Amino acid sequence: MSITEDDIPLLRVSSLSKSYGARVGCQDVSFELWPGEVLAVVGESGSGKTTLLNCLSTRLMPTSGTVSYRMRDGDWRDLYRMSEAERRFLMRTDWGFVHQNPADGLRMTVSAGANVGERLMAVGDRHYGRIRETATDWLGRVEIAEDRVDDEPRAFSGGMRQRLQIARNLVTAPRLVFMDEPTGGLDVSVQARLLDLLRGLVTDLGLAAIVVTHDLAVARLLSHRIMVMKEGHVVEAGLTDRVLDDPHAPYTQLLVSSILQV
Amino acid sequence: MPTPLVVSDVAKSFTMHLQGGIALPVVKDVSFALKAGECAVLGGPSGAGKSSVLKMLYGNYAVDTGQIIVDHKGELIDMAGASPRTILAIRRDTIGYVSQFLRTVPRVSALDVVAEPLVALGRNRDDARDKARTLLSRLNLPERLWSLPPATFSGGEQQRVNIARGFITGHPVLLLDEPTASLDAKNRAVVVDMIAQKKAAGVALLGIFHDQDVRDVVADRMIDVTRFAPERAAA
Repeated sequence: MSITEDDIPLLRVSSLSKSYGARVGCQDVSFELWPGEVLAVVGESGSGKTTLLNCLSTRLMPTSGTVSYRMRDGDWRDLYRMSEAERRFLMRTDWGFVHQNPADGLRMTVSAGANVGERLMAVGDRHYGRIRETATDWLGRVEIAEDRVDDEPRAFSGGMRQRLQIARNLVTAPRLVFMDEPTGGLDVSVQARLLDLLRGLVTDLGLAAIVVTHDLAVARLLSHRIMVMKEGHVVEAGLTDRVLDDPHAPYTQLLVSSILQV
Repeated sequence: MPTPLVVSDVAKSFTMHLQGGIALPVVKDVSFALKAGECAVLGGPSGAGKSSVLKMLYGNYAVDTGQIIVDHKGELIDMAGASPRTILAIRRDTIGYVSQFLRTVPRVSALDVVAEPLVALGRNRDDARDKARTLLSRLNLPERLWSLPPATFSGGEQQRVNIARGFITGHPVLLLDEPTASLDAKNRAVVVDMIAQKKAAGVALLGIFHDQDVRDVVADRMIDVTRFAPERAAA
């Protein structure tokens, strides 16, 4: 967290619930997120963490509850009362969404450079040379060689695709990034590289991020705070090292004790 | 003398839910204060709860009851009830910590690991690296290691990186968890010197030292942790 950040939250989540008929997706979730803060949402498959992420990012409408977001002009907006066009604009500019499967967040049949440049055009940049320059610069920051700029992501490895997806999301200097298992599906050496890259970018850019992961090591490395979910409920929340080193809830203790030591 | 940290009536136990919910009391009635410019040492046998006390003061372990009042930039804050965000701010500005083992991050160089707490305070990265170099050379860490991530370093080398990282800032409170455990005599002497300098600068230090020689030289006062032993509940 940077010390120059102000003391006003960026996101306020209040009693958010989502049910699928009689089945609970997530229940009564409330928290605030500050600029520059990384929150990890952990829990096993089916614990409701992805449902929560989708509700927060307005990809899914909750059953009840509110989420307010502080816009760049300082205005608080209720996300579910915004028009579809406003939400899309937010999604394309002020927010990022990093999917577990890069194919869900990339356009696989346009070049790497265009994948990044497209987001710039969405915020109104029209100067081709500058767009290409910024795109190439960002590919460099995510460690994709300049000579791959015109290749399609179809020709990239899984790790490269994920790095490209990250560049595509961060190029517009978003204030809030949602990540759904950003290192899932990658082999461990690729994971370590990606995590380190993400950690550096998040710190340097002062990004706020909500990272859904089932991997406590990812949470330990990336996040300031952790929220542990089980069966749609938040069972424990707090400072990352406190939750991992002194877990209180029975379920958190089970999660922490299930980590394999190497 | 100012007292930047006051601990009153703190108790801590662990409830092991996976073992049928048995409670393991760790300490109770923990009360002491740290004064600026002095080094207090936590004493007592292994398992008495010395490390746990240190971890509570850093917000790493939660406390069950009691208060930990810290002077954070002129404001008195109870860490026992502080939000994660406040704890992070206290760690950035007020309470430093040298842990026993370095938690390494892949691909970050030793130099940047050491410089990081200064950068977090908004200091220029080049200045922070300069100061990191000074500390690492003072601690006799070979220069060829500075640009490498510490994951593959020996225990003693990692510990020196950890010490440099903890000592690089001017935090008013510094917690030391066996900082000299894997050091040779020459480097132990360097750390003893560095502690003396911190004291002279008005820092309040609290440490655990298993090494009798070091303890005898740095300690102004001993806090006997066995005083805080809870009655062992029949489990």
